[in-house]
Amino acid sequence: MDKKEWPLWEIFIRSKSGLSHKHAGSLHAADAEMAIEHARDVYTRRNEGVSIWVVKSSEVIASDPEDEYMFESAKTKIYRHPTFYDIPEEVGHM
Amino acid sequence: MDNHNNIHSLEAKFEAKIDSEIKIEPKDWMPESYRKTLIRQISQHAHSEVVGMLPEGNWILRAPSLRRKVALLAKVQDEAGHGLYLYSAAETLGISREELYQQLLTGKAKYSSIFNYPTLSWADIGAIGWLVDGAAIMNQVMLTRTSYGPYARAMVRICKEESFHQRQGYEILISLSRGNAEQKKMLQDAMDRWWWPALMMFGPHDSASTHSEQSIKWKIKRKSNDELRQDFIDATVLQANYLGVNIPDPKLKWNEERGHYDFGDIDWEEFWNVVNGNGPCNKQRIKDRKKAYEGGEWVREAAMAHAEKRAKRKEEKVA
Ligand SMILES: [Fe+2]
Ligand SMILES: [Fe+2]
Repeated sequence: MDKKEWPLWEIFIRSKSGLSHKHAGSLHAADAEMAIEHARDVYTRRNEGVSIWVVKSSEVIASDPEDEYMFESAKTKIYRHPTFYDIPEEVGHM
Repeated sequence: MDNHNNIHSLEAKFEAKIDSEIKIEPKDWMPESYRKTLIRQISQHAHSEVVGMLPEGNWILRAPSLRRKVALLAKVQDEAGHGLYLYSAAETLGISREELYQQLLTGKAKYSSIFNYPTLSWADIGAIGWLVDGAAIMNQVMLTRTSYGPYARAMVRICKEESFHQRQGYEILISLSRGNAEQKKMLQDAMDRWWWPALMMFGPHDSASTHSEQSIKWKIKRKSNDELRQDFIDATVLQANYLGVNIPDPKLKWNEERGHYDFGDIDWEEFWNVVNGNGPCNKQRIKDRKKAYEGGEWVREAAMAHAEKRAKRKEEKVA
């Protein structure tokens, strides 16, 4: 079959102003405009959104889940967390 | 490390994730059989949502009031969305949408056999919402905790939308239960026809279910067919009593000792007969899906051609 399929788009929805866009799912559409219309019809039927981003799935670059060392170095650096430091209780909340 | 060892360590890692309730995501390594099982189950689920629109669509133009019509229309629209969420989840496993459609249209893939029964009266629309969506909800609530991330996320979204489906169906039946003798008869007739097929939705007995055991081990499923069926019956009897409708099972009886309802034997011959293509509407359903697919072909092509033209025009402007 040499018929071209509609490409896949990743859909991001901002549920209300003040919050960031969040991945909602994906869908097929001929172009970005249609992807936004379809996203409105499937992902915001109950007022779930005030803004939509669409990104062609093929344009998403992802980290490699098999790369064991990718997130390794942060694991041992507990001194990056506030609880690592001892502050006397008398000082109050810090 | 040689290849053989490699596979073993990947498998061990996969199983460790399953054991510690870490979801499997699309790019993670997974056994081929896990992938295949998921594609089969998720696509079957997607096809069910899509084919499930047909028996209900049959009544949209004949809904008895505007209130009922907008509700049914919104419900059927939701089911289309459910189909989409699930097809997308299946596609993350490396199968294309086109291939999934073809599997449905050629009969290679199955869908829930409940949708091969006809909707003969308006009461059937109530019964579908109450019993069919009710049974689906039992299954889908369990699947929000399935081990494959995209499937679980699709299920969370679907479950949020399902609750209204069951409620609008039950409300239809409440109206009928308070109606005249003819309406009450319609209600009972729908109950008589939908009760057993609804119980069959959970699939064969655990002892006869080929995929169940492995699916539970992989935490694709969290409860067996028989457990889900029992949960459904236990939850539904009270709702039937409120409607004053008779459940067509003389063996249905509360069992104090088990803390569950006992119920009669399911007609598995009927079940397999419908699964194997000989239900009242199997041929009609596939015919309708084919008609929609083929009828939409020129629209899909025209949209693509339009998009390409528009992209080219933009390019020319920039240049
Ligand atoms: Fe659904
Ligand atoms: Fe539903």
